[in-house]
Amino acid sequence: MNVADLIDLLLQHSPALIVAVPLLGAFITPLISRLNDKVRNVFVILTLGLTASLVFLLASDVFTGNIHTYIFGSQDLALPVVRILFEVDAMSAFMAIISVILSLVAVIYSWSFMKENTGLDKYYTLILLMTAGMLGMELTGDLFNFFVFLEITSISSAALVAFWTNKAKSVEAGFKYIVISTIGALFILFSIALFYGQYNALNMAMIASAMQYTFLDKIALVLLIAALAMKAGVVPMHMWLPDAYSKAPSSVTLILVGATQASLYGVFRVCFTIYGGAINLSSISIGWILVILGIITMLLGVAMAIIQTDFKRLIAFSAVAEIGYMLLGIGTGLVVMLNPEMTATGLAAMKGGIFHIMNDALDVGLLFLVAGAIYYATKETSLNKLGGLARNMKYTTVFFIIGLLAVSGMPPMNGFASKLLIYESTYQLNPILSIIAILSSIMLLAVFVKVFHSAFLGPALPKFENVKEVPKSMLIAMGTIATIIIIFGLFPEIIVNSIVEPAANALINYGDYVREVIPSFTGGV
Amino acid sequence: MIFNIPFIAVAALILIGLYAVIFKRNLIKMVIGITLIESGVNLFLITLGYREGSIAPIYTSSPGGIMALPVPQALTLTSIVIGVAVLALMLSLVIHIYRHYGTLDVRKIGGPEE
Amino acid sequence: MSGMSKIVKTISSITFPLITIYGLYVIAHGHLTPGGGFQGGAIVASGCAMMLVSYGSIWIVSRVKEKNLSILESLGAVCFILLALLGLGFGAVFFNNFLVGTNSLFGVVPAAGSGLADINTGGVIPLMNFAVGLKVIAGLFGIVLVMAHASRTKGEKK
Repeated sequence: MNVADLIDLLLQHSPALIVAVPLLGAFITPLISRLNDKVRNVFVILTLGLTASLVFLLASDVFTGNIHTYIFGSQDLALPVVRILFEVDAMSAFMAIISVILSLVAVIYSWSFMKENTGLDKYYTLILLMTAGMLGMELTGDLFNFFVFLEITSISSAALVAFWTNKAKSVEAGFKYIVISTIGALFILFSIALFYGQYNALNMAMIASAMQYTFLDKIALVLLIAALAMKAGVVPMHMWLPDAYSKAPSSVTLILVGATQASLYGVFRVCFTIYGGAINLSSISIGWILVILGIITMLLGVAMAIIQTDFKRLIAFSAVAEIGYMLLGIGTGLVVMLNPEMTATGLAAMKGGIFHIMNDALDVGLLFLVAGAIYYATKETSLNKLGGLARNMKYTTVFFIIGLLAVSGMPPMNGFASKLLIYESTYQLNPILSIIAILSSIMLLAVFVKVFHSAFLGPALPKFENVKEVPKSMLIAMGTIATIIIIFGLFPEIIVNSIVEPAANALINYGDYVREVIPSFTGGV
Repeated sequence: MIFNIPFIAVAALILIGLYAVIFKRNLIKMVIGITLIESGVNLFLITLGYREGSIAPIYTSSPGGIMALPVPQALTLTSIVIGVAVLALMLSLVIHIYRHYGTLDVRKIGGPEE
Repeated sequence: MSGMSKIVKTISSITFPLITIYGLYVIAHGHLTPGGGFQGGAIVASGCAMMLVSYGSIWIVSRVKEKNLSILESLGAVCFILLALLGLGFGAVFFNNFLVGTNSLFGVVPAAGSGLADINTGGVIPLMNFAVGLKVIAGLFGIVLVMAHASRTKGEKK
């Protein structure tokens, strides 16, 4: 067998392997960690590296326009709808890239950040499980399978949020998170039952092709969007998010950002694929719901961020605000999709929203890593007690400036590229929306300049005299994300054309997604 | 009418569970509320797969006749397995919260930043 | 948690093997009758939990180590995924039932229609049931053990 055949084989089986490799690694980790801590860390990084390369291999093929389906347990593809299958289109691949990058960086970051802690074998097991869960949510083509992976993700992330069990607040945040996400997941299971009762199918494509938009379907839509938006931290269901983000270890917060975005992917998959036919019927209402949720999320996130004094809590609220931008972009896309004169605007809005998912993951992730680095160096997260750290922590300061500029949408960074697309397209829908979006960005900038001033500038405080720069692995992790941010910011056109546009098209042309499983389906644009 | 009773039970279980989660002050009672919601959803799935007069879907020594749909039962089993994991995690977090605060009353938990 | 009275201990010791055997039967017959890895594992683990209640966590912890349980649990999960991967390795797809039709280990294809149960069927499904059963026994018992032990230390402080 030569190399090309091997790559072909890997490509063919990659949807299954992307989930299987971290899952297998998760359960080998406790066995390996009995040998040696370093071996375990290397093993985890290698596992995630292998997963990442498989994701990139699959994505490189998917972005050329192919949709990959993978049917479990069967060689013949005659009866795909009764089997569990994975279906990977450009949107799934796009989200999988984000998740796997975040997990890989988080594991590299953990090497030094979590070194002092005990029980690290469980920590790494949970991180790998969570990665497998997120990737499964994004790749699966089966609604019940989606629910199972959602639960895997939320159980392991709740355990990780409460990982510092000696801190009362962490345990409390973990409990809050598991309660919220379990109730959300049960709502999802209930709506899956509603679908199964009506259409006798669990497959997303099958349900989409049989969808009748009955009253029960509307109930299911409300339950699905409410539950997934709750898990994605959309205002007014965001109350768990600041607690969970700020009390978890920073490396975990980074993956949690990925987990919330996997839930956001669920919202999009439900709106665009399962209820895809509704785009031609009454998408205006769904679109406007997303737009209004986005605007509220944005304003409330920024407003709450201004008054915070805890570093990580402040970033958590700005992460809430960033989620508003994605909803605004995608919602605008849904609203204007029907109007034939505004197709270009709709596509631009979708591109902006989708591109912003990745940018938000990187920007907010970088800021959380910086907050973690400061906590590692000073054991302090309150902004009132920090100060003058730029003298001792040069690299961290630079990374913070990059994150600050990116998150508030300043020109040389990636945040600008996606936010500009959102501003432009929402302006054509309604200028007020775009003004609110710009205003929120300016307020975000104000918030982070305040943070920069109070944490990094100012006179050197005597208690931070001996603070040293953080270890190399943490710098490497932050540096990787910062590099990606700058590259995306300098060449946004390449990224948008090569990976964002296929993802946007995949969401819009939901008919292709359905036809891959049910060839006789005629709907979709 | 008699066959609507399971659906009424589903609604009752889910509503009682939601009531417990929202209004009860004790963490253990909140956990019980979540398991009630879960039982309601599971019952809903099982009920969907049942037809009047159907037998259990076991092929071994089957007497013949219509069988209940096995897929919702498989889904329910999966959901029960997940429920066990969630329950174990929630209870262990409750144990930790009790260790920190010495109480299970949500009004006394929390307070200012440490 | 300390132990209970002698009557409880005796009855528990008598019923524990019966419960264990019943649980193992449910695991082994998972592909023929209702049951399977999780259900049988839960039965065995509840038998273990009964021993835990009657003999007390101190007595149990001195005999069963939580670390060993977690290793067993990981082994069960690894076996499960490896079996799924073997399906891929035999030239087919992930989770492929590669043993069916080989007439060797659980590889007999039963006659169609209603018939008596033949244990030697099911392909990899019984093997996966064993792996899941191992994982569930170790996992559930580990959870109960750790929780009981945690509440014990709390009681002693008072």
